[in-house]
Amino acid sequence: MARAVTNQRKTINTILAWAVGLLIFFPILWTILTSFKTEAQAISDPPVFLFFDWTLENYAVVQERSNYMRFLWNSVLIAGGSTLLGVIIAVPAAWSMAFVPSKRTKDILLWMLSTKMLPAVGVLYPIYLIFIKFGILDSRIGLIIVLMLINLPIIIWMLYTYFKEIPGEILEAARMDGATLKEEILYVLTPMAIPGIASTILLNFILAWNEAFWTLNLTAAKAAPLTAFIASYSSPEGLFYAKLSAASTMAIAPILILGWFSQKQLVRGLTFGAVK
Amino acid sequence: MKSSIRVLMGACAVSAIASSAFADTITIATVNNGDMIRMQGLTEDFTAKTGHEVEWVTLEENVLRQRVTTDISTKGGAFDVMTIGMYETPIWGKNGWLVSLDDLPAEYNADDILPAMRGGLSYDGTMYAAPFYGESSMIMYRTDLMEKAGLEMPDAPTWEFVADAARKMTDKENEVYGICLRGKAGWGENMAFLTATSNAFGARWFDENWKPQFDSPQWKETLTFYLDLMNEAGPPGASTNGFNENLSLFQQGKCGMWIDATVAASFVTNPDDSTVADKVGFALAPDTGLGKRGNWLWAWALAIPAGTQNEAAAKEFIQWATSTDYIELVAENEGWANVPPGARISLYENENYKDIPFAKMTLESILSADPNNPTVDPVPYVGVQFAAIPEFAGIATEVGQEFSAALAGQQTAEEALAKAQALTSDAMEAAGY
Repeated sequence: MARAVTNQRKTINTILAWAVGLLIFFPILWTILTSFKTEAQAISDPPVFLFFDWTLENYAVVQERSNYMRFLWNSVLIAGGSTLLGVIIAVPAAWSMAFVPSKRTKDILLWMLSTKMLPAVGVLYPIYLIFIKFGILDSRIGLIIVLMLINLPIIIWMLYTYFKEIPGEILEAARMDGATLKEEILYVLTPMAIPGIASTILLNFILAWNEAFWTLNLTAAKAAPLTAFIASYSSPEGLFYAKLSAASTMAIAPILILGWFSQKQLVRGLTFGAVK
Repeated sequence: MKSSIRVLMGACAVSAIASSAFADTITIATVNNGDMIRMQGLTEDFTAKTGHEVEWVTLEENVLRQRVTTDISTKGGAFDVMTIGMYETPIWGKNGWLVSLDDLPAEYNADDILPAMRGGLSYDGTMYAAPFYGESSMIMYRTDLMEKAGLEMPDAPTWEFVADAARKMTDKENEVYGICLRGKAGWGENMAFLTATSNAFGARWFDENWKPQFDSPQWKETLTFYLDLMNEAGPPGASTNGFNENLSLFQQGKCGMWIDATVAASFVTNPDDSTVADKVGFALAPDTGLGKRGNWLWAWALAIPAGTQNEAAAKEFIQWATSTDYIELVAENEGWANVPPGARISLYENENYKDIPFAKMTLESILSADPNNPTVDPVPYVGVQFAAIPEFAGIATEVGQEFSAALAGQQTAEEALAKAQALTSDAMEAAGY
């Protein structure tokens, strides 16, 4: 039986949730607001919130100076490519760990996660040299591989957790009905785990989209994604906050829209199996 | 008919092959400074003259530094031209990482480059980077507040005068602070200012045997003077202020004086952004009568990494971007106040440029800095606000953190200097000096 919730409690909860939500969203809101200010207004003290002369000048400057579409296209390909490649590798890996675990499965899972503990800059030179050797410096394929490798432990972990929630008996029944391994994974396991796979894809797409160490260090002009686009608007000498905010807003807009439309899927996937 | 078409197509193919053999695409890494952005906007002129296409990679200064250092030290070849500074050039030149620029044609007129700039961008007499624009530091002050305090700023003031003026101009109730100086930690932030200032107080980073000198009375005097002045006449929270923070304070009328890069002059006198644009005067950075002024010398310069596939095109670009013709091109399109300053002698002889209010003081500041002879006592290093050795950036950033902590009130000047001496000694010993 559901617990009775008083109206007063409901109101308090709603207000609290909104307050926390707004607090988390505030930096993004401030960035968006700053992008419509002049450079002088952007740094004015005390800061101006809503009452200023709204201007689109920063967007015009950014549009004129940078080829936004090229950066955007690179971001889409790199984030999308690395996520898809990661999922293709991770689904069979997570299947084997969830349904046919060995004595060492837990150790392997932990070991995989430990690779995330290495500071990225520690392997910058080895990876840079490998990239030079294979001629994939400043190429999208190089970044797709690197970002896939970086996010692979998280993808496998997430999928493993979701797969664990699916009763092994269902897969066993499929096998008894004569399903091959491929059919079992593709037609039985995957459809049942769709919410989990979808949220894994979404989360990793966001992680790859925001990745700003490798995408800055392994690219020059050709494969540079939106992170490099943002980095080009920070300046050591001169005012830049308004233009930087405009560039940031343009860089996060696609992912914000994607997140907005897929939030139900994302929440469902993230809480998948939490309530029985 | 058919044969004539064939001939025509053949001719087209030959010309396409011929032109592609001469027209290259070069990749240039640069910083997001006004002068660089202007250059990007004028790239079409270069392409029209040479046929070469240019791809720009613009990055924030620290990101750029890390990015080009990784690339050049691994011979990655991601860039054909790099924007580097006076600190990197002699070190990289010594390592053989840069292409010599001594063979630029006579019409380039390399002798027209300001000697201080050329000297700072050379190693062993060979020029490895061409200055795109140069800067020094100077005092920018509010003429109205100076008058209100009953003082008159000389062209070449002493630190004593500046400190006295700062205290008199301060009106904390109305948020007016006599002096705004850098406090944010970093070798190119507070340490650029403090190292240059220490030169005026007779201090130095190392003696002739590379022994750190933070235990000297001169460094104690420098740091104590700076901390006292900032505590009495500086803005609150100064330990996190860098160039942009002080620029913003000055533009809002909250600083009586600001000692920083000469390039700031065009920002503080721009009425679109500055509320005090018509009340700004300029003076040389102060001294203490020991013969050295506390002003630095820096250049953003263009260099070619050794091993690039497009060396010829890269050289053509550098020739174009650092020529006197380029200066005229900018003047024609954007006005004389926006031409890249501090690189060529001829610019300061130009009648049109002499009318710019800060031109004279910028030139005099640049001319009064000598990277080969920066201190009162002799030193084994080159550089005014830095020592051009690979270890300097790391050490000075750590020292900068100690000095910044002293400004924030977390430790005394003595404690900060003792820590600076210890960490510098350790690092230099580890580096084999």
